[in-house]
Amino acid sequence: MAATSSYQPKSGFAKWLEARLPIIGLVHSSFVVYPTPRNLNYWWTFGAILAFMLVVQIATGVVLAMHYTPHATMAMTSIEQIMRDVNYGWLLRYLHANGGSMFFLAVYIHMLRGLYYGSYKDPREVLWILGVIIFLLMMATAFMGYVLPWGQMSFWAATVITNLFSAIPLVGEAITTWLWGGFAVDNPTLNRFYSLHYLLPFMIAGVVVLHIWALHVVGQNNPTGIEIKSKQDTVPFTPHATIKDSFGLVCFLILFAWLVFFLPNYLGHPDNYIAADPLKTPPHIVPEWYFLPFYAILRAIPNKLLGVIALFGSIAILIFVPWLDTSRVRSAVYRPLYRQFFWIFVLTGIGLGYLGSQPPEGVYVIAARILTFYYFAHFLIVMPLIGILERPKPMPSSITEAVLAKVKDQSGVAAETKA
Amino acid sequence: MASTDTAHEAEPTRRDFLYIATGAVGAVGAALTAWPLIDQMNPDAAALALATTEVDISSIAPGMSVTVKWRGKPVFIRNRTPEEIEAAKAVPVSELPDRDARNANFDHGLPADDANRAATGRENWLVMVGICTHLGCVPLGQQGPFGGWFCPCHGSAYDTAGRIRQGPAPENLHVPKYEFISDTQIRIG
Amino acid sequence: MTSSSRAAGTPAMKRLPFVLAAVVALGVASALPVAAQEADHDGDAGTVHYPLRNPEQLTWTFAGFFGHFDPAQLQRGFQVYREVCANCHSMKLVAFRHLGLEGGPLFGDAEVKALAAEYQITDGPDGSGDMFERPGRPSDYLPSPFPNDQAAAAANGGAVPPDLSLMAKARGVGRGVLWGLLDFFTQYQEGGPDYVHALLTGYVEPPEGVEVPEGTHYNPYFNAGSALAMPAPLADGQVTYADGTLGTVDQYARDVSAFLMWAAEPHLVERKRMGFQVVIFLIVFAGLMYVTKKKVWATVAH
Repeated sequence: MAATSSYQPKSGFAKWLEARLPIIGLVHSSFVVYPTPRNLNYWWTFGAILAFMLVVQIATGVVLAMHYTPHATMAMTSIEQIMRDVNYGWLLRYLHANGGSMFFLAVYIHMLRGLYYGSYKDPREVLWILGVIIFLLMMATAFMGYVLPWGQMSFWAATVITNLFSAIPLVGEAITTWLWGGFAVDNPTLNRFYSLHYLLPFMIAGVVVLHIWALHVVGQNNPTGIEIKSKQDTVPFTPHATIKDSFGLVCFLILFAWLVFFLPNYLGHPDNYIAADPLKTPPHIVPEWYFLPFYAILRAIPNKLLGVIALFGSIAILIFVPWLDTSRVRSAVYRPLYRQFFWIFVLTGIGLGYLGSQPPEGVYVIAARILTFYYFAHFLIVMPLIGILERPKPMPSSITEAVLAKVKDQSGVAAETKA
Repeated sequence: MASTDTAHEAEPTRRDFLYIATGAVGAVGAALTAWPLIDQMNPDAAALALATTEVDISSIAPGMSVTVKWRGKPVFIRNRTPEEIEAAKAVPVSELPDRDARNANFDHGLPADDANRAATGRENWLVMVGICTHLGCVPLGQQGPFGGWFCPCHGSAYDTAGRIRQGPAPENLHVPKYEFISDTQIRIG
Repeated sequence: MTSSSRAAGTPAMKRLPFVLAAVVALGVASALPVAAQEADHDGDAGTVHYPLRNPEQLTWTFAGFFGHFDPAQLQRGFQVYREVCANCHSMKLVAFRHLGLEGGPLFGDAEVKALAAEYQITDGPDGSGDMFERPGRPSDYLPSPFPNDQAAAAANGGAVPPDLSLMAKARGVGRGVLWGLLDFFTQYQEGGPDYVHALLTGYVEPPEGVEVPEGTHYNPYFNAGSALAMPAPLADGQVTYADGTLGTVDQYARDVSAFLMWAAEPHLVERKRMGFQVVIFLIVFAGLMYVTKKKVWATVAH
């Protein structure tokens, strides 16, 4: 947080409040005058988009909770009553369900931005790790939320994923029984998932506060990867970043609206409109799309325990990225070799996602194993090696220099620096 | 930082208009978004659906009452004795604190004489929502200074036609929409 | 990879991994579906995938940006449901009052009341503790043909006829990645009605040499096997439409599928109408935002 606030309270009330709880000053220094690199591109708007989506999910979730009944015999019926009889219930339900997907879309873009521009590197390691923690909490929240409609996919996804814990030697069975509250996924499981699904988003909000705090201590990264050197490199957050974030957000909302109003079940699975039946497994159990890459990794390993370790490992490995990447250059803009491997990594993720949606047969199995190997290789082999072996492109000495060079390119004449 | 170049003096009005327009559109969007979040708390279609209750009144003898539940609320159904009917008829409407009949079966504003309170053509039958019009307690039957109902919470006293006579309640006990579907069956709602 | 000199070949060298990866990815992506099919025929992983045939994609009035229901079609579909399907299938989430709502079959208030009254609904317990039957009211839900699942199964050869309230959303057939991507733009959400129509009109004799278990009926459009317990429920002329529409199996199937879509999504019309307004609003808002952003940043080099 800024060491000294430049905020001067004007009204009597503002002075009175500032002396007791300097919250206006805090907002002023963090979101109004806060020096933001002037060269941020639209990939930097996803942080604000994520904060907005968290609010959307909490708001729609809280009002849905006013009508939902977390009991195995009534869950699906209560949701259908929301869809049919509650005023705007259909809208709130579709906003919440598709909002989860949009939340993950934004978070993946946000994370990939970080991987591309080296936003995880010193001094932003804690910022990055807090982000991984948020990601984990999001995954837990989304998983439990999907169980709540108590459809076939809800039930069987819960069964498969909770069964993962039985792979743990010695205590696995006990842990799984403890999670279930019984001998199989049933009503006790549904109830506790509901309780935790309501709780976790507020924990996410808390970690988000830490995440933004950690960000403000070290300052934003930027496309050049070069730290802010002078005031000239920056613009005040309001109105510059505010308006850019808002524009990015509205464009994002167009996509969100397209899904909610015209394709509300596109990302879902029809089987989840069938009531859960513990005696009948659907032919293809698939999680929601945002879990598919990790699902593919889990299934790629033929051993139960190792598959579970690979699954959790594929997320845990993100924590170590700041130390796995040996490059002294932050941004892939100046890392021509790493850049190629970054895009290969993205393709790998998409490929794994596709494979996660397919039945684990024939060629799909081999492909999943290859891509799983490559996923880990990217972190454990590519990142360390490329950092050492690569010759980075020449870098500008400051953000301002990079901006001026770009402006000169665009206008063809020397640009004036506007202070 | 934004410049405050004086050469752009004419611009500020256009720029301000743009900012105001954008802000206004944003505000409208925010309000339209907030409305469903608020409206969802209003009663849903299932609650609003005409929920009716049918009651068999053949076993209610004169001088007896029955309380049934309708839309989550108590409804008093009383088979009044001739004395109770006479007592109710004897009261001039001008003496009543609330002169409105409060009967959902008729139009607003009819006077609260006994004919407008009891069932049409069956003046021994009195059907009323058993919720005190003060703060919502359920009054006790055949008690109080007027031989009708008495609310123990704050002392409101109703007469044999369920009209408020004394105490803080502002209105007569409400008569819900109901009809005799046969001599022995009432449908409420 | 060794660091490259500033020779003329350098850019190509740097692009090499990307090109390699792209080629591999394309190759894998195109080979995979074909290879997967081969694997099926090999019988090696060998699981057959159902349905054997994908449903035909029909045009529905409720598809697309301006989708709407045709009340006449929904009324015909309800008639088919009532006279044919309701003998075995419940529809517990639909109440009589829903039939009068905007965006639906648009039965009038009086019609809804009269329709409800034609049904006997179990209610109670009464004063003596017994259940009793009474005429239906608009607030009642469509009654089930059987009191519980066990009775339904017993009457239907051990298989429970599923509830139809959500059937149009509970079915859909994967059409592959390419169709999937295209569907995002065409807003294809009609996989359920397409499936139901195909199933209802798709009963045929099993091909040479194919045996189906006793009590089941061959249908290549069924998504959980080659045969299902439900016999072909529709026949030409089975239901006489009040509005004079010709009563063929195909017509019945279309009408009842549309009705099922409404039953699963009664707010579909309202949703699309609101969606149109919201998307237009957001596009306008985005335009304003963009111009505002340009103005704010006009004097700042970035």
